[in-house]
Amino acid sequence: MLNRIGKQTLIFRNRPRVLGRFSLVGPKEGRGNFGKFFHKVIEDDLFGENTYEKAECKMLNYTITEAINNSGIKKDEIDALFAGDLMNQIISSSFSARTIGVPYIGLFGACSTMAESIIMGACYVDGGFGRNVACATGSHFSSAEKQFRYPLELGTQRPPSSQWTVTGMGCTILGRAQSGIAVESATIGNVIDWNVSDVNNMGAAMAPAAMSTLKAHLDDTGKQPSDYDLIVTGDLGKLGSEILMDLMEYNGYHLGNNYSDCGQMMFTNTQKTFMGGSGCGCGASILNSYIFDRMEKGELKNVLFIATGALMSTLSSQQGNSIPAIAHAVALSIGGKQNV
Amino acid sequence: MNETQRNEKYNAYIKSKMPKTKAWPSLFHAFWVGGLICCLGEFIKELCLYIFPYMTSLEASNWSSIIIIIIAALLTGFGIYDKIGAYAGAGSIIPITGFSNSIASSALEFKREGMVFGLMAKMFVIAGPVIVTGVLVSIFAGLLYLIF
Repeated sequence: MLNRIGKQTLIFRNRPRVLGRFSLVGPKEGRGNFGKFFHKVIEDDLFGENTYEKAECKMLNYTITEAINNSGIKKDEIDALFAGDLMNQIISSSFSARTIGVPYIGLFGACSTMAESIIMGACYVDGGFGRNVACATGSHFSSAEKQFRYPLELGTQRPPSSQWTVTGMGCTILGRAQSGIAVESATIGNVIDWNVSDVNNMGAAMAPAAMSTLKAHLDDTGKQPSDYDLIVTGDLGKLGSEILMDLMEYNGYHLGNNYSDCGQMMFTNTQKTFMGGSGCGCGASILNSYIFDRMEKGELKNVLFIATGALMSTLSSQQGNSIPAIAHAVALSIGGKQNV
Repeated sequence: MNETQRNEKYNAYIKSKMPKTKAWPSLFHAFWVGGLICCLGEFIKELCLYIFPYMTSLEASNWSSIIIIIIAALLTGFGIYDKIGAYAGAGSIIPITGFSNSIASSALEFKREGMVFGLMAKMFVIAGPVIVTGVLVSIFAGLLYLIF
């Protein structure tokens, strides 16, 4: 029996559960809309290190370790770590894995990595390849700026369509259990490129990918957007999420009040982030704090988390390529059996 | 609708939805900050001439440039110039202080990769194109001067 429905959607019949989680953010995010929900807000974005890359690695390491502690599972019983980040050659994840010392699979899905890692982790647990797995990702504003944009101290103006890379980390521990938040199904996205090449307008580049994956998920499962208490995208930002709503409307699906975007919600209006947050850590930190909190309280029962990623590099952009994008969707639920 | 048409239609739609920079406030910010930086340069020049009466006007201008470059580099190091730049835009990029900021900020950013391959190699990442253009244009202007 194939654990798949339609073309793109995977069904997890053993319903892997969220056993533990942890979120960590930087000072600016701590002063944002979700400050009080994160497990840890750090005041020094170097986190005691001398470079931002080392800081990012240490934050990710800390987050994974704390998530394992939070789950109450011994480190020896974590059978795999799925992690990825934005740095070249995903150094933050690999270097974290070096110290954590569990079997590691490095992922790159740009800002879609939280969904990607949960999907891979859920497959692993569902298929019985591991008892418990850790799924983690994160991003750091300063290291991302250095790699993708300009030096931090350069006096430039950010265009009004730009987004602010979130300094944030998130880790989810998945395993088999009788209760808790379950990963029901997941839809793996295609790489979509609608020929947007403006690197200062990532939302517009990623919105078609989000639309494609969301549409595929709804078509495959036969659900309607209203079947979910919350449909949340990772980091489309204000403009991107408006575009997604328009695109879905065009395709005959209405996204109402149950739709929101982590990037758009992350910062307050006075924090000068224009279209909002972006980066792996944006969706990862909010999913592992606010969204899971509300699910555990029973305020949200069915949630569809769609993380979107822009798969370009600085080289590809300089060489005039457009921005390919991807989106993965994870359907989460709490309570009674949903599938099978 | 084929793919090219869809992409064109989508890009046109994005263009209509994109938030625009408000021109008049930006121009005003650039105007007063840029003007203030120039006035500061002029003030330093006049001050040099006042303190050192035997200094020629050209020497005083050079000293003024040097001092204002140092001030901008210091402000970059203290993390103030990027805030001025975010407010004033071209007003603080075009004057020589912007040039100073572009070099100092790159040097600061890449010093962690070592003195030679970090700081020295990456220092001119942003200022480099400006220098190349400046040299090329002055060669061109020199040739014009030679011919006519």
